[in-house]
Amino acid sequence: MLSFIARRLGLLIPTFFGVTLLTFALIRMIPGDPVEVMMGERRVDPVMHAQAMERLGLNKPLYAQYLDYIGNLAQGDLGESLRTRTSVWDEFLTLFPATLELSLAALLFAGSLGLVAGVVAALKRGSMFDHGVMGISLAGYSMPIFWWGLLLIMFFSVWLGWTPVSGRIDLLYDIPPVTGFMLIDSLLSGEEGAFVDALRHLILPAIVLGTIPLAVIARMTRSAMLEVLGEDYVRTARAKGLSPARVVFIHGLRNALIPVLTVFGLQVGTLLAGAVLTETIFSWPGIGKWLIESIGARDYPVVQNGILLIACLVIMVNFVVDILYGLANPRIRHQR
Amino acid sequence: MTATTTSPALDQALLYPSPLKEFWQAFAHNKGAVAGLGFMLLIIFCALFAPWAAPHNPSEQFRDFLLTPPVWLEGGQAQFLLGTDELGRDLLSRLMHGARLSLLIGLSSVLMSLIPGILLGLTAGFFPRLLGPSIMRLMDVMLALPSLLLAVAIVAILGPGLINTVIAIAVVSLPSYVRLTRAAVMGELDRDYVTASRLAGAGLLRLMFVTVLPNCMAPLIVQATLSFSSAILDAAALGFLGLGVQPPTPEWGTMLASARDYIERAWWVVSLPGLTILLSVLAINLMGDGLRDALDPKLKNAV
Repeated sequence: MLSFIARRLGLLIPTFFGVTLLTFALIRMIPGDPVEVMMGERRVDPVMHAQAMERLGLNKPLYAQYLDYIGNLAQGDLGESLRTRTSVWDEFLTLFPATLELSLAALLFAGSLGLVAGVVAALKRGSMFDHGVMGISLAGYSMPIFWWGLLLIMFFSVWLGWTPVSGRIDLLYDIPPVTGFMLIDSLLSGEEGAFVDALRHLILPAIVLGTIPLAVIARMTRSAMLEVLGEDYVRTARAKGLSPARVVFIHGLRNALIPVLTVFGLQVGTLLAGAVLTETIFSWPGIGKWLIESIGARDYPVVQNGILLIACLVIMVNFVVDILYGLANPRIRHQR
Repeated sequence: MTATTTSPALDQALLYPSPLKEFWQAFAHNKGAVAGLGFMLLIIFCALFAPWAAPHNPSEQFRDFLLTPPVWLEGGQAQFLLGTDELGRDLLSRLMHGARLSLLIGLSSVLMSLIPGILLGLTAGFFPRLLGPSIMRLMDVMLALPSLLLAVAIVAILGPGLINTVIAIAVVSLPSYVRLTRAAVMGELDRDYVTASRLAGAGLLRLMFVTVLPNCMAPLIVQATLSFSSAILDAAALGFLGLGVQPPTPEWGTMLASARDYIERAWWVVSLPGLTILLSVLAINLMGDGLRDALDPKLKNAV
């Protein structure tokens, strides 16, 4: 197992350097003069221009600039935002819990509903329910989620008035950030009604963000379950006279979960991309909205290292899923 | 059946069907795929003939008919079948012209990633020592970023607009073509017919493009269909974020973005562009399923 982990870690290092190379290159591919772009004005005074080039290290050869970049990263220096002058890392840390809370809620929604729908559809193969689940999941998979979010807002917030339109919590409540998770913080604050309010703010964005993962998980669970239910050990379990529930959940689902687990991991990328859209629609103060706003404001240090941080996050999650997959399925460990 | 027939060539049932007919039979077996094809033909018709078939000019503003509801609602006007938007522009005409853009973006980005993807994939498959792994590592790096985020990053650098949207989407879908081509090539390289061709003295280029590539096309065609639908989706998402095609060009995502402010008063301005996106993407995905079943039965159960 250890050698398996070490091998996977070894693959991680070139990928990480590749990503730094990518973010390094991105910022240098901006058309035009970098100093003028960053200062937002044309024809900067030549002396000031030279000073800025010196300060930003842009007068050095490219490889030296890249080494500087890596050196700064190694010291945990991700630069500072041009707009707020706070460090990119601090901004990321304050905003990330909001995205994490939203993503976890979305995964919970998608995972619980998707597993149940997939298992039932597989058990009732060919029934109306099965066709319904497959049809809905194909539609969910094709869904433009930014439109889906607008539709839900129109229906639940504007027409029915059940849920708030945007934000994480009503302005009436003053919640001190302790964990960064609004649900937990609102409970800790002890303010009456704050928790319910936070929950009402969370529901719609979580559904919107969870829609595509839900479709994928339901489809995957169904096909994995169908495969497992045809296996000999399931027939044996049935022949032994075990209760149907035990056969389905203990013998069937546990084995069907292995491929579903990988899909969960792959959905993290989908979630982070979806977070950009969902957070924009619901004014959710997370890293997706942060990134889009920084792009609009040409805040290049944030764009560059925000993308780097997100890429590292995806790489790390995929690594963990790989390891879990190796734990769940020993055959993987011994390949090659 | 007609086992007593002396001349089997006369019996159509005993003839091996032409590949095209066989393909069509397998494809038509999937009803969803046929429905998807039907809807796509409608969209293609709209796109091709938009300037003549659309009732109005997409950017003409009817100042007396701002936010007119669709014709079947109270206050609807027969001249604006699907109603008008906040500037009094005819929605149906805008959607029809939007179909041109979406199909154009989809088609050009698929071509722009399919061709380099096949070339890189073939190279990676034929040179498994040094070149192959380095190409694949590069693709891993690109896969580390969620596709929409990478597209957003590229557009952020290059600036918004039609051409940059196409470039961003093409770059984003490149890795899947490279991986798919390489995997298919690796599977074919050990086959006897490749060895035979090699022994017959076929050069590298002939081996690549004439011997091996045609046998790897099935999964690539399926992938091209699927990435066509995600290209439409990503282009609309970029447009919605204000990073894609710029208003007043009638692009479906851009139309949604400007409709956001009228969510309380005019549901049709918000619903109809999104519904068009959903149905087009769904239709292409259904077609992709049918194509996969018809061309590549091995993948039938894959998600």
